Amino acid sequence: MQIILDKVNYLYSSGTAYEKHAIKDTSVVINKGEFIGLIGHTGSGKSTLIQLMNGLIKPTNGNIYFNGEDIYGQGYNMKELRSKVGLVFQYPEHQLFETTIFKDVIFGPNNLGVSKVECELRAYKALAAVGIDESLFEASPFELSGGQKRRVAIAGVLAMEPEVLILDEPTAGLDPQGRDDILEQINTLHKESGITIILISHRMEDIARFAKRVLVMNKGKIEVDGLTKDVYSNTGQLEKMELDAPLITYIIKKLKEMGYDMPSDIITIEEAKREILKIIRSRK
Amino acid sequence: MIRDITIGQYYPSESVLHDLDPRVKLISTFFFIISLFVFNTFYGYIVVTLFLYTIIRLSKVPFKFIFKGLRGIMVLLLFTAIFNLFLTPGEEIFKLGFLKITKEGIYTASFMAIRLSYLVLGSSIMTFVTTPNQLTDGLEEIMKPLNKIKLPVHEIALMMSIALRFIPILLEETDKIMKAQMARGADFESGNVLKRAKSLIPILVPLFISAFRRANDLAMAMEARCYHGGEGRTKMKPLMYKRNDYMAFSAFSLYITAVIGIKIIEKAL
Repeated sequence: MQIILDKVNYLYSSGTAYEKHAIKDTSVVINKGEFIGLIGHTGSGKSTLIQLMNGLIKPTNGNIYFNGEDIYGQGYNMKELRSKVGLVFQYPEHQLFETTIFKDVIFGPNNLGVSKVECELRAYKALAAVGIDESLFEASPFELSGGQKRRVAIAGVLAMEPEVLILDEPTAGLDPQGRDDILEQINTLHKESGITIILISHRMEDIARFAKRVLVMNKGKIEVDGLTKDVYSNTGQLEKMELDAPLITYIIKKLKEMGYDMPSDIITIEEAKREILKIIRSRK
Repeated sequence: MIRDITIGQYYPSESVLHDLDPRVKLISTFFFIISLFVFNTFYGYIVVTLFLYTIIRLSKVPFKFIFKGLRGIMVLLLFTAIFNLFLTPGEEIFKLGFLKITKEGIYTASFMAIRLSYLVLGSSIMTFVTTPNQLTDGLEEIMKPLNKIKLPVHEIALMMSIALRFIPILLEETDKIMKAQMARGADFESGNVLKRAKSLIPILVPLFISAFRRANDLAMAMEARCYHGGEGRTKMKPLMYKRNDYMAFSAFSLYITAVIGIKIIEKAL
């Protein structure tokens, strides 16, 4: 159990006319090495939830534990927590500020007091992990394309070598190729270094492809917490929260209604392809 | 943090004051501020205080929220009061080294404190009950006669409303960038002045870039919709005085009359 949220509440602008109860009595456990998808309608509290996880905002009440320690306990090192729980915000390319890409990626580890050589090594590794070519290292971050900028920004967080990586819509506004590249790189990272991933996305297909477990947020609460297969095959439940299952799940459902024998927990195109081929072959 | 600043904010609520024409509120606030500088004795401020109290009650904005705005000018208030207290020449009451407190000093200091805080209270109440859009609409309407002397009134009003509109956006952006850099281990709170100033670079550079990007996008969007300035432009909600506005004007005139009356009596005494 890496991150534990215990009955956490969070109120924005409490005591004013703009007060908003963003997180309501939420408890959740994140285990080491998981790949978790976090979905929910706009304004359901996803972004607030992840900011609570690395101590950027303090819960109005409730406790948060990281590796068994209360992060608001006395003498807890917040900076270390933020290096262990890496958070990539929406449109992270907006945070780039240095004159060269390499310097920008070094910013994170440098803040942690890591030695210069180690900083450079980490930056090198992080940039390689997100597929930025070495010839671009000395370029200004503002000369890059949108997808490249985003990958540099993600590398900036990776260079801190976090144990948990939280990404808030890392593929928003990218073309299909850039989207797939980034997701594949994240998945490789997860597989190779065993890093825990929490991925927020509006694209159900992406979550279905990579995440094993899904948290569904609705009106400030985690309404559903379960295996991706189980959550997505229950399309009615998702629709009640104004969410959709992946398109392929609906197609399979329709095929089942037409009398084809298919398992109902198909959520990726790959699985669907296999099952459909199986039926076609058995007919011959 | 940044969100605690209340001066200039709008406070959504339903009150008589919220519904008034922005011109009424602007003109009244202007004359209210002038009226603050009329008196030299405390009697006059009783009327002002009563008026201010009535306005606050009418606005339905909680007292706590209004007085939070005063906290922002606390330093300025203290400085003014202290300087006036020690540096006004006149009848000496108390002396400590080169510092001396005079009777006149006490008077000016307390008057300045009252005037400053009432000035801030008065103008912040106006912004609490008027949306920025209404405010610029009202200003544009009031300044319209200046068009005759070739002052680009519409453009000034537009610039104002864009600036006002962007304050919350840029605040939110600052908040987001700060959080993003904090997530990368940035520390804005410790170290000496130089270190702290330097730690602002990771916020300011992205903020400027984003401000320029937004300005660029906005200009593009306006051009795409054939924006060509104020000439021949009509309004969806043209400003019109209603019964309540005339009543407000009358009530305010009463207040001004009272202020002038008291001033005359004050002089006679």
